Amino acid sequence: MAIFLLRRLGVMLLTTLCLTFVVFWLTNLQPNLEKLAKTQGNMRMTDAQVASWLEARGYARPILMKYGEWLGVVPGFVNLSADGSVQARCLDDGMTIETAPRYCGVLQGEWGYSTVFREDVSDIISIRLGLTAKLMLWVMILMVPSALLLGVLAGMREGSRTDRALSTISITTTATPEYVSGVILIAVFASSAVGLKWFKGTATSAMEDANFENFFLPVLTIALFGMGYIARMTRASMAEVMTAQYIRTARLKGVSFPNIVMKHALRNALIAPFTVIMLQFPWLLNGVVIVETLFNYKGFGWTLVQAAGNNDIELLLGVSVVSVIVVLVTQLISDIGYVYLNPRISVS
Amino acid sequence: MEPLTWAEIIPRILWQFLPVWIALLGLFALSITFKRRLGFYGKLFDSTIGMIGFALVMFWIFTGIFGAMDLIVTHDALAQASGMKNKVPGTPLRGAEAGEYPYYLLGGDNLARDVFSRTIKGSWIVVQIAPLATLFAFMVGITLGLPAGYYGGKLDTLLTFVANLVLAFPVILLFYLLVTPEIVATGIPSYMAAVLFVFPLIFAGVLLNSRYQTRPAVRTPLLVGVLAGMGWLYLSLISDAGTPLKVLPRWLDLFDVPGGILVVFVAVVFVNAPTVFRIVRGLTLDIKTRDYVAAAQTRGEGGWYIMLWEILPNARGPLIVDFCLRIGYTTILLGTLGFFGLGMPPESPDWGSTINEGRKLLTIYLHPALPPAFALLSLVLGLNLLADGLREESLRD
Amino acid sequence: MKEPYDGPILEIDGLSISFFTRLREIPAVMDFSVKVQPGEAVGLVGESGCGKSTVALGVMRDLGRNGRIVGGAIRFKGRDMADLSDSELRQIRGNEIAMIYQEPMASLNPAMKIDRQLMEVPMLHEGISEAQARSRALEVVADVKLPDPERILKAYPHQLSGGQQQRIVIAMALMSKPALLILDEPTTALDVTVEASIVELVKDLGRKYGTSMLFISHNLGLVLETCDQICVMYSGEAVERGSIEDVFDQMQHPYTQALFRSIPLPGADKNAHPLVAIPGNFPLPHERPKGCNFGPRCDYFEAGRCDAGHIPMFDVPGNERQSTRCVRFREIDWASPPTIGATHEKGEAGKVVLRMEALKKYYKVAANALFGGEKKVVKANETLSFEARESETLAIVGESGCGKSTFAKVLMGLETATEGQILLDGKNIEQIPIEKRDTKTIADVQMVFQNPFDTLNPSMTVGRQIIRALEIFGIGKTEADRHRRMLELLDLVKLPREFAGRMPRQLSGGQKQRVGIARAFAGDARIVVADEPVSALDVSVQAAVTDLLMEIQREQKTTLLFISHDLSIVRYLSDRVMVMYLGHVVELGDTAQVFSPPFHPYTEALLSAVPIADTSVKKKHIVLEGDVPSAMNPPPGCPFQTRCRWKSRVPGDLCETEVPPMRRMAEGHQVKCHLSEAEFVTMEPVIEVRTEDA
Repeated sequence: MAIFLLRRLGVMLLTTLCLTFVVFWLTNLQPNLEKLAKTQGNMRMTDAQVASWLEARGYARPILMKYGEWLGVVPGFVNLSADGSVQARCLDDGMTIETAPRYCGVLQGEWGYSTVFREDVSDIISIRLGLTAKLMLWVMILMVPSALLLGVLAGMREGSRTDRALSTISITTTATPEYVSGVILIAVFASSAVGLKWFKGTATSAMEDANFENFFLPVLTIALFGMGYIARMTRASMAEVMTAQYIRTARLKGVSFPNIVMKHALRNALIAPFTVIMLQFPWLLNGVVIVETLFNYKGFGWTLVQAAGNNDIELLLGVSVVSVIVVLVTQLISDIGYVYLNPRISVS
Repeated sequence: MEPLTWAEIIPRILWQFLPVWIALLGLFALSITFKRRLGFYGKLFDSTIGMIGFALVMFWIFTGIFGAMDLIVTHDALAQASGMKNKVPGTPLRGAEAGEYPYYLLGGDNLARDVFSRTIKGSWIVVQIAPLATLFAFMVGITLGLPAGYYGGKLDTLLTFVANLVLAFPVILLFYLLVTPEIVATGIPSYMAAVLFVFPLIFAGVLLNSRYQTRPAVRTPLLVGVLAGMGWLYLSLISDAGTPLKVLPRWLDLFDVPGGILVVFVAVVFVNAPTVFRIVRGLTLDIKTRDYVAAAQTRGEGGWYIMLWEILPNARGPLIVDFCLRIGYTTILLGTLGFFGLGMPPESPDWGSTINEGRKLLTIYLHPALPPAFALLSLVLGLNLLADGLREESLRD
Repeated sequence: MKEPYDGPILEIDGLSISFFTRLREIPAVMDFSVKVQPGEAVGLVGESGCGKSTVALGVMRDLGRNGRIVGGAIRFKGRDMADLSDSELRQIRGNEIAMIYQEPMASLNPAMKIDRQLMEVPMLHEGISEAQARSRALEVVADVKLPDPERILKAYPHQLSGGQQQRIVIAMALMSKPALLILDEPTTALDVTVEASIVELVKDLGRKYGTSMLFISHNLGLVLETCDQICVMYSGEAVERGSIEDVFDQMQHPYTQALFRSIPLPGADKNAHPLVAIPGNFPLPHERPKGCNFGPRCDYFEAGRCDAGHIPMFDVPGNERQSTRCVRFREIDWASPPTIGATHEKGEAGKVVLRMEALKKYYKVAANALFGGEKKVVKANETLSFEARESETLAIVGESGCGKSTFAKVLMGLETATEGQILLDGKNIEQIPIEKRDTKTIADVQMVFQNPFDTLNPSMTVGRQIIRALEIFGIGKTEADRHRRMLELLDLVKLPREFAGRMPRQLSGGQKQRVGIARAFAGDARIVVADEPVSALDVSVQAAVTDLLMEIQREQKTTLLFISHDLSIVRYLSDRVMVMYLGHVVELGDTAQVFSPPFHPYTEALLSAVPIADTSVKKKHIVLEGDVPSAMNPPPGCPFQTRCRWKSRVPGDLCETEVPPMRRMAEGHQVKCHLSEAEFVTMEPVIEVRTEDA
């Protein structure tokens, strides 16, 4: 098991490095940097001014070197210009060039500074991530049990009327992306023109004080889309298990139908959906971004949109790293969980 | 003039769709009559679910086509009419000229454009891009997935790692990174297009070569003809005046894809291909253990013949099903792009952008956002039902 | 609660079962009657699709959503099963009637430990405590002769071998001491030697527990060994019923007779006494003929009588409980010998075309598929040496894991040899992978595969597949040439020429196998490796396909390497036999040298394990303990030492420490064993045919 974990962690690390490098490269392309120079310096800078601005701040150097600095394995950039002013990557307020650390990258906990929010990236991310975690927690609490229930109920008697009805529901929800279901839900439940006015159409207030009224719609919107997918996987897996020979064995042993489902079918049927739920995370992030934008809930997804939309390079990098790591960790959990759920795979 | 009531609007809308109804009726009548002779497609008409799905999908395809021919639409999708801003469905058009349709059937949006016509026009964009992008993703996925599954080893390890890399990338982030104007300006999407779009060429070339290798007299002219034709299309597609890739001279360039659309296309192919790769690889791993593959090996067939003519045709069932699902998924992705205002031109009537515009005033005016939302919902639902029907029928024998 | 009852345990009377599809009703079983007395074992025999498993599921009232009993009655201990409520039915299932199935791995829950699965039965039906149930489970597991019951109980199914799994399934069926045990092809998925031990076990336990049995099988020999009564089914109907002796020795139905004539019994010989194949094909359920279902394939068919209408079962006078569904059974002379087709002179073996010298194939595999780990060497083939001549049939015999498939792969060039030589016409080919072989070599060595449902590409027409083989072998100059040649090949394998345009799914198993043979001979193959070519086919079709192979071989002077585990068919058609065990050749020689008497203890056990459907054959009973060891982890010394019953006769620990040398006995006869010459001389033939009725 230890070797397996180590190997997986190694692959994870490699993946993270590759992906962050791609993000770093894409965000540090010349047009992006020019835009950065103009937004940070002066909108009317000439090309030559832009070039020297970038030069002075160390942006004009080879990409690998800059990546190394950002990562914290290459000493930070220091530029002592002729007029005595100092430009250094690791220089923070209240530091001199002598007291500033040599390395300041992600590994040292220095995630950089957001040009849009005028705050440290690590602060922004930790706050926003917390808000999104709250959202996701409730999404999971709503989505997973109901999806499994839906799937198991539909799959245990394939082709029955219950199955047809529940399958139609789950197909419909998978066909409804968040920006469609969100719009429809707001129209029905929150519109001030017509509709029921049960809930609020925005979740801004839920950031401090989440309650049923302001938080249910965003949670439901994300949960619905993922739910249909998981339910269909569970149904397929359950239906397959129910036709297995060992279910017939159980039936011909005289086990009653509820017991067949609970004792014999369930564990086998849940192996596949478990992996699916875990692999849903990258897609859920999609939903998070949409829903947070739609309901104006200023979490991680919202931050991503702000960072990407405003060319906030360091924030965008931070957001990317975190989301990639979240995805990879869930994949690892899914692998380990799969091993534990499925006795056929032995771990030496 | 009085505004129309819903009892008047609905018949009018149904009447506007007349060409679609006729086409659907004709298609179904023909298909059901000859369903026993139509193989896999014919079997679809044995399944109610499949038929409903197929009807929904074909409805939007016909709507897209006829809409592009200006048959169904009532107004210019981009034209703004004075005084029609945010007007409710059924509002008469102020100062309608002779020959102009006198109502906004589904009301006006915040720029006083006709919601009904925009929704119809939007379907044409989806109907064009989604299947094509999915097809390209399949070409990439199949061309890489087959050898990965068949040969295994280092090649497989490498390709699987790359596929997982792309899959671990949050889609939305990828879009933001790829589709922003700054990145487009560097030409990266164009280079990606050049790489991704070469796969159909490779696929067709290898497919034909492996099949006719034993008969060079047939093989050589066929291959030259097909590859030349496809090559020309390929070069026309990737070469564009505005991008760094300007390979073909003007007079040889058959068509230009609007820059934004090409980027969207590339992004969608790029995120879909790894999933297709994984599916194809899995199917290949399964099918390559069959005796007919061993039989082909023992008579000395080449690897590509076995992959493309012995394995691929027998993986078609699951692949067709996934193709339908994936078109639906691509439609959703396109909507997502539109929703974030990425890639598509700002005036574009595509459903995602329209929903995005409509949502801003959603708590006051519902009508601009709901029609495209329901349109997208019904198309994707149709594709899902179609896939379900196909799956059910392909499992039947 | 179980009540004492002394009437027949199970009485099926005029049972009809149909499956309902969207298009039509498909009758699966029609007018079927049988009686099972207490303590009696009844065999239900027939080919696949004849409805024998449906009968079993009908008794269990588990026909799925589409199946329905449309007529007749099933009485268990006098009670009509149709009157039972769901809960009464559950009380009978597992408690009074238990069932054992074909695939042991599939019939055990993979995510549940063995003890839970066993204990569930008595806890459910008798309401006993967990502790009592556990001690019962221990007892029964010991009864099915599994070593170390405690450990087995704590295991998951996948941790056991196929034979052990089947024993667990049997244990599960016996947990509540049922009155009736239904066994549906319980040994088909197992190796022959394992099959023999399971059959032995079932017989013993049946006697010990006094259980009645309904034994479903396609194998007449197995039924002979296990049952008292037999019922032969054909196309949904029982065609003959009676005691084993009556039916085997005085059969009264043409189908039963045809069946016996198409299986290779001792005494059959490919040249002098060839098998008689049943002409035609098994009718599809919705294409059954009017009157007698067997009519169109029957030698005794009489128009106007046999196809007049429904034919009832007739009691056979004189033989108690024997009855037949044949209107002409009184007129037919059952003793008249079959009209034998053409007999042939024994073909002369020609020059040596293929020679293997000390061929070795080792694989490196990861010890654990998912997590990698250190590599292990699997010795799939150890010093294989033999030669094969023109127009000779060499049978390669062994159970799963003996390395026969690896050997075929190396010969074909799909793998290259680790060591040793393969000489084809004196040229070395062992290191040339198939991509590098020239077309002639590839076309010369071809293969026929085991599974007919897998051997043809399902999405290409039959003709196209043969033409492709012609193309790749460079035969024919034009498309028209190849088309003509393809039609000739269809003629060669006796398929109608219209089949060229058909898709494989429109063909029956036997027909697909013929196409496979045609494809193998497309390039005039001189050496054909036939990997169990008939083992997946029905008995009646096997004979026809075997004969076809023999005929083509005679015409084309092909060298046939016939891989099989079935010694009956090997004895029937092979000139020489090579017996393999765990990658080693343990015995090699002429068919007569190897079979009578066998010298190697493994050959002996293998011969004894094969069930023979002939009441006049006396067989020595040798049951091997345990399973075939894993090739990943072979025992030291002689590979067979873990299961050998003669090991004690070898002095010292020679067997455990040293691989025996290959010893030359008579001309061309080799044995790999430590037993002394003197011991070999005392070896007796396993099979004796009693001659009184010859």
